[in-house]
Amino acid sequence: MDFQQLWEITTLPDNIPIVLLGILTPFFLWYGFREAVKNDRLIAQLEADPALAKTHHRKHQPYHPAWDKTVHVWPYLLRIEFLACLAVTAFLILWAVYFNAPLEEPADPTLTMNPAKAPWYFLGLQEMLVYFDPWIAGVILPNVIVVGLMAIPYMDTSPLGNGYYTWKQRKFAIGGFMFGYLVLWLALAFLGTFVRGPGWMIFWPGEIWDHHRVVHEVNVHLHELFGLTDTLQIAIFGGVATIGFLAAAGGATDFALRKYKPELFRKMNIVQYVHMVGFLVIMAALPVKMVLKLAFGIKYVWVTPWFNV
Amino acid sequence: MVPKNELDTPGLGEVVEKVQEAKDLHLKWLKNPFETELWRSIFRHKVDDAPRNRSLAVLSNVFLHLHPAKVNRDAVRYTFTWGMGGITFYLFLVLTFTGVALMFYYHPTKADAFRDILYLKNDVPFGNFMRNMHRWAAHAMIITVWTHQMRVFMTGSYKPPREFNWNVGVILLLVTMLLSFTGYLLPDDQLGFWAVTVGTNMARATPLIGHEGPLGPEIGATAFNDIRFAMLGGSIVDANALLRAYIWHCVALPLVAGIFMIVHFWRIRKDGSISGPAPVMLASEVKTAKGRR
Repeated sequence: MDFQQLWEITTLPDNIPIVLLGILTPFFLWYGFREAVKNDRLIAQLEADPALAKTHHRKHQPYHPAWDKTVHVWPYLLRIEFLACLAVTAFLILWAVYFNAPLEEPADPTLTMNPAKAPWYFLGLQEMLVYFDPWIAGVILPNVIVVGLMAIPYMDTSPLGNGYYTWKQRKFAIGGFMFGYLVLWLALAFLGTFVRGPGWMIFWPGEIWDHHRVVHEVNVHLHELFGLTDTLQIAIFGGVATIGFLAAAGGATDFALRKYKPELFRKMNIVQYVHMVGFLVIMAALPVKMVLKLAFGIKYVWVTPWFNV
Repeated sequence: MVPKNELDTPGLGEVVEKVQEAKDLHLKWLKNPFETELWRSIFRHKVDDAPRNRSLAVLSNVFLHLHPAKVNRDAVRYTFTWGMGGITFYLFLVLTFTGVALMFYYHPTKADAFRDILYLKNDVPFGNFMRNMHRWAAHAMIITVWTHQMRVFMTGSYKPPREFNWNVGVILLLVTMLLSFTGYLLPDDQLGFWAVTVGTNMARATPLIGHEGPLGPEIGATAFNDIRFAMLGGSIVDANALLRAYIWHCVALPLVAGIFMIVHFWRIRKDGSISGPAPVMLASEVKTAKGRR
């Protein structure tokens, strides 16, 4: 084991932010969930005692009936903003004094960088390129992510948890978001930053990048496992497999939701429900394709003369 | 000394009187600068510590009037917002300032771009510092935008009446990342060149409007008329791409970001200020609310 490579990646000036993010995200998760636990405890107490619920101020923060519900922005908020600006400025000055922005050789189209890595905040997308063709990983999925995020407020119709931290009232919403953000976005970005090396091959921490490493990856397409050779047959087979998977995953999601979250099903209208199941299925398709590729070496599920999935 | 006649020329005695008056006035102004005409012409309210003046300090100031006069007393706790949205905006201001400073020394041409960076790095006073600060503030802004979104999600702040503002926020997040991406090419070094080459190569594969995308060639997309060509102003990352990245980075995207920020901040106010910490709602109350409907 030699952690020189990991150290080099970690201390690369352009990677300091992702190291920082790796510390800040768990911290803020803990920080947010700590508030959620306090509120959940209060909610349980009020649910058990309707008489108390009628008179309680319903916050876990310190409370006194004589206190005003609001405070003046000047000075109580503006002084905080001023101090925050000072702190951020001081932090940036130190960062800029001690770490130089990277500058490589002048651009040379004849000299390919290996690995050619995007900045860390795009490595989640670049990692998806391993599992899907560019038209899906680089075009369709980013658009689905943006549209999916924008659709969240119109699908999540629960009035609970509006403006306060809670876990127990919003397990499904928060769990789903965190799976997408932490696992499918941040974890892939970390994988792309710390594990991917030359040739976009996997070099685990403790391994040194080997620019001459050759891996004879045997990529197979799903239809080859079934011995299909005719182009039309392959296209039809792939279509059935892909659409079949999406339909089956949609059906399974629907079944699980109706069984375990009946109130969710009843509360949503059909347009909201269908879209939510659709986004969940597309979200699930990424890890499914990752497993197919990493564990079974399957590159394409659906091969046609025009596009591959 | 009172002049006998308004039309008389003021004599030496009157001039001496004026000089003494000047001394008195300056002493008075120094003692209480807030009572001067100058101060009052700028800040049009009194300064003694009264609730009305505290409110006016915010409401009568063009820069501060983004804020309401008062906020939820628990909202100023760090535990609720983590300050991430505000810090994001401050970082945008830092980036505007350092970015304008860098623009004085940068030519978006293949002949000059890389040399200008070397010049900034080695010769321009504080050039390296400004470039470093611009770079790190940009990275920090990505972190704070993502963390802000995580906080907004965790507090359910996208729920009514703030659904639309969440959408504006998603667009701002996207614009932030596009700003970073377009800025990456500007030093014209290997790092930026290959990152942008890899990034824009994906656009080739856009369905219909990419020349390697599904059904693209079938409807006539080539490397010289597809979406990637439009992004780069050519079929390779070269001089036109550098100019386009520069214009997007320094003019177009900041304008877009500015417009959406105006809407974002305005909507925060219009949607009832910051979302919380709100009083908790009980699941048992939801059913009764539905029954009433």
